[in-house]
Amino acid sequence: MNAVTPPPVAAQRPRLVALVGNPNAGKTSLFNALTGSRQKVGNYPGVTVERKAGRLALPNGETVELLDLPGTYSLTPRSPDEAVTRDVVLGTAAHERRPDVIVAVIDATNLRNHLRFVLELRRLGLSMVVALNMADLAERDGTRIDTKELSTILGMAVIPTVAVRRRGLAELAAAVAPLLGASTTVHAAPPAADIRLLQREAGAIAKAVSVESGGAKRWSQRLDALTLHPVAGPLLLAALLFLMFQGVFTLAEAPMEALSGGVAWLQGLATAALPDGWLRSLLVDGVLGGVGAVVVFLPQILILFLFILILEQSGYMVRAAFLMDRLMARVGLNGRAFIPLISSFACAIPGIMATRTIDAPKDRLTTILIAPLMTCSARLPVYAIIIAAFIPSTQVGGVFNLQGLVLFALYGFGVGGALLAAWVLRRTVTKGPTPTFLMEMPKYQWPAPRDIGIGLWQRAWAFLARAGTIILASTVVLWALASWPNPPAGATRPALEYSIAGKIGAGLEPLFRPIGFNKEIALALVPGMAAREVAVSALGTVYSLQGSEDELAAPLVDKLRAAWSLPTALAFLAWYVFAPQCISTLAVTRRETNGWKWPAFMFGYLFAMAYAGAGITYWAARWLLG
Amino acid sequence: MNTAADINTLQRGDIAVIVAVDRGARDPAGAQRLHEMGFDEGVDIEVLHRAPLGGDPLAVRVGNMTVALRKSLAALVEVVPQSAA
Repeated sequence: MNAVTPPPVAAQRPRLVALVGNPNAGKTSLFNALTGSRQKVGNYPGVTVERKAGRLALPNGETVELLDLPGTYSLTPRSPDEAVTRDVVLGTAAHERRPDVIVAVIDATNLRNHLRFVLELRRLGLSMVVALNMADLAERDGTRIDTKELSTILGMAVIPTVAVRRRGLAELAAAVAPLLGASTTVHAAPPAADIRLLQREAGAIAKAVSVESGGAKRWSQRLDALTLHPVAGPLLLAALLFLMFQGVFTLAEAPMEALSGGVAWLQGLATAALPDGWLRSLLVDGVLGGVGAVVVFLPQILILFLFILILEQSGYMVRAAFLMDRLMARVGLNGRAFIPLISSFACAIPGIMATRTIDAPKDRLTTILIAPLMTCSARLPVYAIIIAAFIPSTQVGGVFNLQGLVLFALYGFGVGGALLAAWVLRRTVTKGPTPTFLMEMPKYQWPAPRDIGIGLWQRAWAFLARAGTIILASTVVLWALASWPNPPAGATRPALEYSIAGKIGAGLEPLFRPIGFNKEIALALVPGMAAREVAVSALGTVYSLQGSEDELAAPLVDKLRAAWSLPTALAFLAWYVFAPQCISTLAVTRRETNGWKWPAFMFGYLFAMAYAGAGITYWAARWLLG
Repeated sequence: MNTAADINTLQRGDIAVIVAVDRGARDPAGAQRLHEMGFDEGVDIEVLHRAPLGGDPLAVRVGNMTVALRKSLAALVEVVPQSAA
């Protein structure tokens, strides 16, 4: 690069290079390898399809914008994300310029099928380069591909790459550079080709350029013999899920203690540095107490996402979908819905967004409606604090921890509730044709640490951004509501009862009293709507502003133990199994369903389920406990 | 024996060759999706797995790809068994 003269295009928008390919071609790995952590994840307006873009420096000094388009098998879209890919490469997308170059990412071990899509893309007349990805796996399988010959036949550069080992990246960038200025005859929208003709042409090309020597292959199939086994398969799936939830609790313990120690240290620092007054109260009780109570759960959320990312990237998630399809069919869904639902365990928002891969509209709508019943990580803080306060940490049967078992059961109730809801919905409001199920099962792969790392980073960042915005704002608002007005002189009752928040809680209390909730809970449920985990910080704020000086020092766990009966605690847990979800979930649902009708319906039915669930739990627990 | 049958009649491990996808044009959209997944005349196919409880869905190898699908869609695929094992 020349340090004296800046690159001539620096002033304008960088040119656009798009990665296109079938799902499972290793497109995202290649994108991560090319752009590293310099990625920007956003959304296309109007549709909740993620726009992932990054910067790529080419050897000629030019920097281009690299776009990772959603994977698709053809330009005949069936779902919103496939439509985005088609619109972008055709140049008809409203909010995206047409790419100057497309990089077709293809799987070297499945040449025939992936070449078919390359031939379809070639008809568009755009400048193209082929990234022959997973070249190492093809060799291991005993397939040698003549890339020169393939390049000649296709009339474009073909670069072997191994995205996970960063091989072929420089060559790929070098092949893109000369195409940027090239003039091309772009066809607006060529008539759809007969897929069978393309398929046969691709088959002939694949045959001409590859030599099979029949090496050791198909260890994927051998692994499938276990993971898809009629008996061992479901047992393995159950064991993996159980391990995941136990892991979330045990592995996160140490980092969580460190984080809460850090928050307490900051609170001590602020208390010492500031004079007694509203500013100190805002900082210590409002900001640090509220946001701190939530940020402490970051380790658990990250561990859960780590498990999900590993299951997804190893290729196991599709096997899980296969195993679950039968059960999903019973309630009128298909196995494909299992993947968004598993993501919803981390957060319903990416889960609901992931439903865009489901093509049957009624099927997709049902999946959206039940996604919030999957226990998202935002509910973990709520569960964690109640479990810590009310469930003894004893060993059961020598291996299992009772707290872990209770947590597992809560997840189970959520799943059961979701299946029941789907069953009812598919027979009433989302009645429609029985969906089908068709999915490619990708080869198993070792998840690449870089891809996992980037995925985790993006999720951690999203969580902290939420903590810094929605959670911080609602915590401060709640702190203000709970602090003003001051109690009148000579007041004998806790200060909270005189505040605005106390009045709201008192107003809502009659509604919640029949299910065992007290005023403080009624109060915490209100900000809990902004984001579920805020309920914990709300309880933290409410209870730390309430008691005497001595009580202020006691951790929230002890305060809850003193203030709540066991039936109330259990009812609160049951409420949060079904709880009407946070504002962000409703907003995403509105965007995905194009209107307020379905989010309103979602809120209503979940509220009814939560109310009934908490009520039944409360009265059953009271009766059982005498 | 050389009569065409749908893949649901194959046992686990049987290898067959596809002779038609949706011959009667009963489900053009389904057929298009099957083609996208690599199903086509002349391609070899093998039933790898059937799900517990009734064998629906099933996992098949089509050429170099492994695909999971339900019986109803699989019924569109006509095959001729290659090796009666």
